[in-house]
Amino acid sequence: MKLMEIEEILEAEVLTGEYDPEIEIEIGCSSDLMSEVLAYGEPCSILLTGLTNIQVINTANVADIKLVCFVMGKIPDEKIINLAKKNDITVFITKLTTFESCGRLYKNGLKSCSYFDLDK
Amino acid sequence: MDNNKTTTKIQELTYELKIDDVMCKNIETVSSKMPISQLRDVLYKKRISGVPVVNDDKLVGIVSIEDFIKCMEQEEMDALVEDKMTKNIKTLYADEPLVHAVKKFEKYGFGRFPVLSRKDKKLVGIITKSDIIKGILKKLESVYHDEEERRYRASHIFNDIVADEVFLKFQYFVEGKNFDKAGEASTGLKKTLYRLGLSPDIIRRAAISTYEAEINIVAYTDGGEIIAYIDPHQIKIIIIDKGPGIPDVEKALQPGFSTAPGWVRELGFGAGMGLPNIKKFTDKMTLRSTVEKGTHLEIIIKLSDYRNED
Ligand SMILES: Nc1ncnc2c1ncn2[C@@H]1O[C@H](COP(=O)(O)OP(=O)(O)O)[C@@H](O)[C@H]1O
Ligand SMILES: [Mg+2]
Repeated sequence: MKLMEIEEILEAEVLTGEYDPEIEIEIGCSSDLMSEVLAYGEPCSILLTGLTNIQVINTANVADIKLVCFVMGKIPDEKIINLAKKNDITVFITKLTTFESCGRLYKNGLKSCSYFDLDK
Repeated sequence: MDNNKTTTKIQELTYELKIDDVMCKNIETVSSKMPISQLRDVLYKKRISGVPVVNDDKLVGIVSIEDFIKCMEQEEMDALVEDKMTKNIKTLYADEPLVHAVKKFEKYGFGRFPVLSRKDKKLVGIITKSDIIKGILKKLESVYHDEEERRYRASHIFNDIVADEVFLKFQYFVEGKNFDKAGEASTGLKKTLYRLGLSPDIIRRAAISTYEAEINIVAYTDGGEIIAYIDPHQIKIIIIDKGPGIPDVEKALQPGFSTAPGWVRELGFGAGMGLPNIKKFTDKMTLRSTVEKGTHLEIIIKLSDYRNED
């Protein structure tokens, strides 16, 4: 799924300016717990979250997440946007709830991150 | 770049690029039995000045806006495309180097050439001078980008240095309780590993592990440091702080165990998954801790697939 498609499906607003239209978003995850996001064995391409602090972007950075979408109309502050831009992470915001956002993306064919197993 | 060098680079690219790389593939065609009167719509709507004529997948001619205007002047709008089109057309093959197209444009002065596939002689595209310019500019841009990237890559370092053993050491200081700065060490290390040319999976595992450990230093201690040693076979990362230490290391390693205060939880951590995550992403993990003295975490990630770029 391309970023433009996701922007449409989530009725999202882009906070990081122009994005690369070729980036392919294949796997999604959603959580307000960053350790949970970090535990996935494979890189997700999109993270949906209601948490809006700078560690969301650091988490996306270390876990190779390309797109962060803040849900329920939460607006992150400038510092967060700047850090995202510096690390080539695209930031969307949507007024939709987490459930609605995930539901719409899933229905449109976006795959979920695989189940993770902490016991290896 | 001086002028000479640019010219050579562009010439080089005209040999390197294939016609297939730059031509327009989304092409409009008409059939030879179409009346000229209908040509207006095709040319006008697509804003093109000529269109290939194709019967049963076979290119039989090309008809242009000039042919159309001539018919209009001579009131021959009912004529068929096949009577007015140019029949003996010069074509190019998609697998030819771009320089062949450049030469043909110079020689014939046409505005466009239909492009055929060599195998079945079917029409696969059309090429204009502006396609050539656009294609070269695009390629130049990506060449430039690659060069920039390579300049930052230090992966040749292990090959260049002459020694029996080479270790690279990177050290980062981590402030305690400062959540705004948390993550700077790990993301810095991540960028460094990227420039060393390590594989994305290795980088991701090292970055996630270091990040979880860095968050622990920030959340539970008054500060510490992260030291990464890299040699051609492994990454060893040591994360140390000066206390308060962990009373029961065994317990701390259990998934779900956490003593995180509220402010840590509010920030999205403190679910007791940090140390288990680190264990999961590394090949070896050693956690030693003495109450009041401090904690010493050592992790190792093997580089069996170290990419030796030249
Ligand atoms: N460097 C450290 N200093 C003191 N205590 C620590 C340190 N690292 C971890 N701990 C203890 O181990 C527990 C588990 O850590 P972790 O697995 O990272 O989960 P979390 O940080 O989510 O609680 C922490 O809650 C804390 O009590
Ligand atoms: Mg932790």
